[in-house]
Amino acid sequence: MKHLALATLMAATALPALAQDTKVIGVSIPAATHGWAGGMNFHAQEAVDRLEEVYPELDFVLATASDPSKQVNDIEDMLATRNISALVVLPFESEPLTSPVKAVADSGAWVTVVDRGLAQEGIEDLYVAGDNPGFGRVSGEYMVSALPEGGKIVALRGIPTTIDNERVEGFQAAIEGSGIEILDMEHGNWNRDDSFTVMQDFLSKHPELDAVWASDDDMAIGVLAAIEAAGRDDIQFVLGGAGMKEMIKRTADGDTMIPANVTYPPSMIATAIEMTAVGLTSTAPVAGTFTIGSVLVTQDNAMEFYYPDSPF
Amino acid sequence: MMAKLDLRVLGPILALVALIVVGALLNSNFLSAGNVTNVLSRSAFIGIIAVGMTFVITSGGLDLSVGSMAAFIAGLMILVMNGLLPTLGPGVALVLVGILAALLAGTVAGFVNGFLITTMRIEAFIVTLGTMGIYRSLVTWLADGGTLSLDFGMRTVIRPIYFGGILGISWPIIVFALVAITGEIVMRRAAFGRHAAAVGSNDQVARYSSVNVDRVRMLTYVFLGLLVGVATIMYVPRLGSASSSTGVLWELEAIAAVIIGGTMLKGGFGRVWGTVIGVLILSLIDNILNLTDGVSPYLNGAIQGVIIILAVILQRERKAGS
Repeated sequence: MKHLALATLMAATALPALAQDTKVIGVSIPAATHGWAGGMNFHAQEAVDRLEEVYPELDFVLATASDPSKQVNDIEDMLATRNISALVVLPFESEPLTSPVKAVADSGAWVTVVDRGLAQEGIEDLYVAGDNPGFGRVSGEYMVSALPEGGKIVALRGIPTTIDNERVEGFQAAIEGSGIEILDMEHGNWNRDDSFTVMQDFLSKHPELDAVWASDDDMAIGVLAAIEAAGRDDIQFVLGGAGMKEMIKRTADGDTMIPANVTYPPSMIATAIEMTAVGLTSTAPVAGTFTIGSVLVTQDNAMEFYYPDSPF
Repeated sequence: MMAKLDLRVLGPILALVALIVVGALLNSNFLSAGNVTNVLSRSAFIGIIAVGMTFVITSGGLDLSVGSMAAFIAGLMILVMNGLLPTLGPGVALVLVGILAALLAGTVAGFVNGFLITTMRIEAFIVTLGTMGIYRSLVTWLADGGTLSLDFGMRTVIRPIYFGGILGISWPIIVFALVAITGEIVMRRAAFGRHAAAVGSNDQVARYSSVNVDRVRMLTYVFLGLLVGVATIMYVPRLGSASSSTGVLWELEAIAAVIIGGTMLKGGFGRVWGTVIGVLILSLIDNILNLTDGVSPYLNGAIQGVIIILAVILQRERKAGS
């Protein structure tokens, strides 16, 4: 224990001398526990590899965490042993990550927060935000335009989180007064198997449906398999989201069951890392909030959102 | 003993019947052929694994790795079939190769667990906690953090394994039934079942009674691994994909089903048919919650928890009363 403390102390005192030449950027993100997170991990890794070549004076530490407490440990370790000049963090959950990230900001390091905001405002220097209410709104607006006469739909929700709540509220606000009725909503947890099961049960329960808001492409895959297995032809289309490459491809190919998609790009982590690197190495100002909007993808523009090399 | 109605035995059955009555009252589609097929088919994955888990727990062991193992085997099976597709072409031969790969991988994985537990003498909890993490990481790595998908041409060939069947009964249900019946016979009638119970009850006494304790323990893990392979063969055709989110928490569902069914967690007594009832109880709770309005989906986990505990209390109280 004593040795460990000593070693940490030595590392902490030895590093600042080294840091004059190279600055270290810590990147802390959730592990690839579902499709979108997998894509986000891929883009983070790719951005780190690319930027290490572009900026020889920058060093990157990438850590993936499978739960919030592991992420807190990762960030504490980065601060204690790697003397980071900047932290790019996609918080697993807002509340538990707020004070450790604040500690990094208090140490004088640059802080970039991605996707999920912290519980306390003003900690981060740069906030690269996904637009969850917008994601729900764009999805709802598409639903209204695709079902002008109104109709009966079911919706699948993600893992119970603020993100999911904001999306659903945005969706509900957008379809209000349109005659579209959500008969049922259950959590499919952004998971193919769970959404398959939930959809099977929805199909048993509701003999007549017009469309499904799967709200995510992983869930859309489960939903489509359940519809196909049941042989139901009353459902006109399934609206997923987040822009998985296979689903974007089907939209581009004119699949009538998948006529559209709504983006929530996992590559926003690359935007955040890139902007942080620019901020550390140049005089270009990058502080503030950068919102990445959710865009409607249809057959016309689908190929612009098709990334065949990404795992998502 | 046999003639007297043991109310403790009736506990899980009563819970199941109560659930079925509740389900039928809440929704008229609950007992429709379609819904019954859905529930039984989706129970098959956990069910097949839980039958193997019954033997492991009966002999005093535990296996936490089965969910990750299923995900890893599913990934492997998809990679093998995708890799051999150009040589073998989409057809029955390739499906058989995939099935063989899954069974082999399952057996080897079960053997590794069993070897570390029996020969290296490491606690089952620690060994399988370790392999749980290893398989989960391996499938994430194989999938490059994303999803492994079976080649599209192959999917139509393999789909009938989950969705097809004979006489209107789907294959997963048939396989689950066969595994359960075989398991019940082995547990009740075969020497292996009695040996497993003896080892779980008191391994010293079992050893003096010339039971090869290590061999029995090893075999329970190998059989469980093999059955995880079988469950995976049913799982892959359904959605044709595997990712790091495949099979999450299957181990706990399987263990819960075993305990609900009346097998003792500390070993020494196992009941395969009880496990089947336990699996059905767990699937029905989910199904009923999806078919019902008025319960906030946030509370699904709480309702499951209450029913699991009630099902077990029912057994204990009957035991005290009788």
